[in-house]
Amino acid sequence: MTLETTRRLKHDTPDTDRRLDGMAQGVLGTGMDRPEGPLKVSGRATYAAEAHPEAMAEGYLVRATTIGRITGSNADAIRAMPGVIEVIEDERMIRNAAQGMAGESPVQRQGQVWYVGQPVACVVAESFEQARHAAQAMMVTIEPDGTHVFDAEDPAAEVEKPEQKQLDQGDLEGAMSAATFSLDATYHTPSMSSAAMEPHASIAQWDEDGVLTLRGSYQLLKFNKAELADVLGVAPDKVRILSPYVGGGFGSKLGLAPEAVAAALAAQALGRPVRVVLHRRQVFETVTRRSETRQRIRLACDAEGKLSAIGHENLVSQLPGEVFSEPVAQGTHFQYAAPNRVIGHEIARIRRPAAGSVRAPGEAVGVTAFEIAIDELAKKAGIDPLEFRLRNVPDKHPENGKPFSSSTMEATLREGAKRFGWTHTPPRQRREGEWWIGTGMAGAVRVNMMIEAMARAVLTGQGVRVECDMTDIGTGSYAILTQVAAEMLGFAPDRVETVLGDTDLPPASGSGGSFGAASTSTAVYLACMELRERLAAKLGVKEPELTLKDGLAIHENRQTPLAEILGEEEWRALGHLQPGKAGQEVRQATWGAIFAEVAVSDVTGETRVRRMDGTFAAGRILNLKTARSQCHGGMTWGIGLALTEAMEHDPRDGHMVNRDLAEYHLPVNLDVPQLGVHFLEERDDWANPLQAKGIGELSVCGSGAAVINAIENACGVRVRRLPATLDQVMDGLIAQG
Amino acid sequence: MRAFDYVRAGDTAEALREAGGAETRFIAGGTNLLDLMKLEVMAPGKLVDINRLDLGGIEATGEGGLRIGALVTNSDLAADARVRRDWPVLSRALLAGASGQLRNKATTGGNLLQRTRCYYFYDRGEPCNKREPGSGCAARDGMNRILAILGTSEHCIATHPSDMAVAMRALGARVEVEGQGGAREIALEDFYRLPGDTPHIETVLEPGQLITAVILPPPAGGRQIYRKVRDRSSYAFALVSVAAVVAVENGRIAKAQLAFGGLGPMPWRDADVEDALVGETPSAALFDRAADILLAEAKGHGGNDFKIPLTRRTLAAVLTQATEADQ
Ligand SMILES: Cc1cc2nc3c(=O)[nH]c(=O)nc-3n(C[C@H](O)[C@H](O)[C@H](O)COP(=O)(O)OP(=O)(O)OC[C@H]3O[C@@H](n4cnc5c(N)ncnc54)[C@H](O)[C@@H]3O)c2cc1C
Ligand code: SF4
Repeated sequence: MTLETTRRLKHDTPDTDRRLDGMAQGVLGTGMDRPEGPLKVSGRATYAAEAHPEAMAEGYLVRATTIGRITGSNADAIRAMPGVIEVIEDERMIRNAAQGMAGESPVQRQGQVWYVGQPVACVVAESFEQARHAAQAMMVTIEPDGTHVFDAEDPAAEVEKPEQKQLDQGDLEGAMSAATFSLDATYHTPSMSSAAMEPHASIAQWDEDGVLTLRGSYQLLKFNKAELADVLGVAPDKVRILSPYVGGGFGSKLGLAPEAVAAALAAQALGRPVRVVLHRRQVFETVTRRSETRQRIRLACDAEGKLSAIGHENLVSQLPGEVFSEPVAQGTHFQYAAPNRVIGHEIARIRRPAAGSVRAPGEAVGVTAFEIAIDELAKKAGIDPLEFRLRNVPDKHPENGKPFSSSTMEATLREGAKRFGWTHTPPRQRREGEWWIGTGMAGAVRVNMMIEAMARAVLTGQGVRVECDMTDIGTGSYAILTQVAAEMLGFAPDRVETVLGDTDLPPASGSGGSFGAASTSTAVYLACMELRERLAAKLGVKEPELTLKDGLAIHENRQTPLAEILGEEEWRALGHLQPGKAGQEVRQATWGAIFAEVAVSDVTGETRVRRMDGTFAAGRILNLKTARSQCHGGMTWGIGLALTEAMEHDPRDGHMVNRDLAEYHLPVNLDVPQLGVHFLEERDDWANPLQAKGIGELSVCGSGAAVINAIENACGVRVRRLPATLDQVMDGLIAQG
Repeated sequence: MRAFDYVRAGDTAEALREAGGAETRFIAGGTNLLDLMKLEVMAPGKLVDINRLDLGGIEATGEGGLRIGALVTNSDLAADARVRRDWPVLSRALLAGASGQLRNKATTGGNLLQRTRCYYFYDRGEPCNKREPGSGCAARDGMNRILAILGTSEHCIATHPSDMAVAMRALGARVEVEGQGGAREIALEDFYRLPGDTPHIETVLEPGQLITAVILPPPAGGRQIYRKVRDRSSYAFALVSVAAVVAVENGRIAKAQLAFGGLGPMPWRDADVEDALVGETPSAALFDRAADILLAEAKGHGGNDFKIPLTRRTLAAVLTQATEADQ
């Protein structure tokens, strides 16, 4: 008989026990290798598209090339093509991926094309090439339904201004006119894509009992399960999703995407398994992108550089019918102190493919533009931008007076500057041949979130098994959950088995918003704590007096092997974290500082990043290696944001023009110098009993600004429209003469 | 991808025999053709695989040049010791192109015949005269950042994207082709065609003709530079590139062979530019005059207007470097 008990935590108050600091195994926080690493590098980790159920058919999505009402198609002719089994034109197909944590269907086809590139049908054939060929031959007739707007800044665009997303405190205009120095500048960031390595893929299979099993590549399985059930009109217990390995997500796999729905509908219609893999070009179009932004930033300060006013008014775009809008000013609310504050948020409803959460939604673009503006004002005031920031560190939330759970802004700035060897010099001082050399810096900030999570720990005399529907999207979930269990229950990591990515297991947090590691680790921690209590009870000691290490329970001078205590038994415990008041009573955030050195060609305007260094504080670091990888990735994203990445939309119909990896320019190896990453040791008791916070997005939020600021310091050209492509910089150089 | 017939030819004669129909294409590395076939931008009914043909070597020619077999990979050609020593501009151009993996597959013949990277050419949902004659040109009033400013027509403003071909053009290379009617050599300058009103016809090759080699004339000497300007440090096509072979004697320019990538529908070379330089003393004013000649007919289309000043500045930098006294 196996008894399963549950340990719940409603997280209302800070945890000052810091129990992990008292554990003995010594694996948490180390740079432990990923346990599934060998499987991945040897090709034995089965990604979504790589299962081959018997009799599997292949589906390929058909793309709409105009907007309007669907009035017909040549499906009959397509059905007659070689190998074609069926053409799915089900009205339940979804027009784009669901928003993160939606838990319900996004807008469904319903005879309507909303944007150029929308999937409108799925051709199913015996082979992939037959399906693709037939899909490319398929013609859907679409009756135009009026004129549409494709650019958020088009005066004809319909613009929403949601009441609850505006803020007006004090008197911004007054402060601007009274200030010694002020800035009123407008910045633009482009439409962008997550561009995860693994394209979306799903294999759907229904059993005799009407249960659908979908192997997919998703980030938030409990939500994706609810979304898929809602789309199909079946009960959630009729849907199981498997995502044991995910080849990158960055937000693009938060919500259920069109290929999963097409595979499920086709498999149902055909009564056999169906696989649908998105072509790279379809990934760009049908999965949510990051909205382009226009950001008007107004700043005012006194002669000493003390900020008196902050204005951050932004315009983003979105397709009609989507609730999400890029929360550009999320960090601005609390990053800097100033008594007079205006925050504005407008959403233009236009016909570009849907926007959604892409790694660090809000701060990635908002902090980047804001940190450029801060640099501009510091320059006007003649103050070292490092010093300028230090003079404006808030000691509490500037809008509502709530305390910070921890405030490491100053510490990261000081430590980062020391490591980089920061000294402030005026622009256009250093030259090597045709190259201007300059340095720049920026602060980084990202809100910290926890979400509900459950996990099971199963203890035997030989080791532990951790089970939940958490995903590992390349971030290292397998590693850190293994480490938490190993640390708490005193086993070497190779005695811990972590099983993830299956909705039949307890619902964890999933991966997104940097909440995954801390939320699900807390659930694992709680389950393990429950097992520790049971061990202590059995041994007749108090739990805090029990040491677990290398499979031994140590109490006073006695050592008892767990194998002896448990015998053949299996002890099961569930951990269940529910976020509580701890998330509302204080402002929780992570902080960092980024420094960069660039070279800018005086001839062409090309920029090369030569050095980049980031210092971050994000609570307890659970795995030094995977945390550092996250920061390397995030800083690389910063380089992309600053220099190379932009999704271009055709002005005539909004479609994505450069939708392949040759022309959507992610930074390549040569664009990325050696990156320094340093963590400040921190325990944030408000965050959770692990004192750990999210690290997956922080480094995206500001890195790009450090590069843009360095360009200005190098050659004197200030770029306000990202990315800083060479033509913009060259124009600036020409204008300077 | 449309279903197609596949024939693996054992030798040149067989390849030529198999390549009769208009629907037939040779396949070498496949790095461009297969991408286009997957998108059905190209949909040949038959592929003749030429990888077993004996077209792999690099040999010295009687006149002191090199004969590069059509199947020599971009990697092997870039690494060849003779090329690196005597025709370094070619090696550098090759290494500036694509990625290591692609260069290992890409061949000399295939590189010459790679097709434009115009976004709309790749997109069957859009009009494109090159892909579908008579359908229109979506790029002219659309996104054209990467497209041409020289040699365009109202029907097409695409560029030829090769780096290798730019260096070869500067070096005065010739293309050796073989067809049912026998073999002949075509100067690279005569090999490509301007778009005019037939942008789908890109070269003078006739259907079924095979490129067997590229001939480099004897070493040109001088200083050789390949400068490629692009949107990221590596793995991006040229916005502008300059291949230069320049010699200075007694303070005057004695030789100037210049070819440009990213500007036109073919690797661009302008004899008037070279004539204006030869015999003159290098100076910023002279280089500016050369740019004036080169760009006299240049026409931007909005998104690519910046290529005009960028070319001017890049040319000046390359010429400055090429004519500098030795340090
Ligand atoms: C992502 C990406 C980035 C790239 N970046 C660059 C770059 O920066 N610079 C650059 O120069 N190139 C770049 N390339 C292009 C690359 O150089 C070409 O794809 C390659 O050179 C083509 O050679 P291949 O042998 O693979 O040709 P294939 O794809 O096999 O053939 C191309 C064409 O040539 C024809 N053909 C091939 N051989 C012969 C022959 N002997 N006789 C007659 N016809 C023949 C084929 O029928 C086909 O029409 C890039 C390609 C990709 C995919
Ligand atoms: S520029 Fe040429 S290749 Fe591009 S769309 Fe126009 S016709 Fe087609």
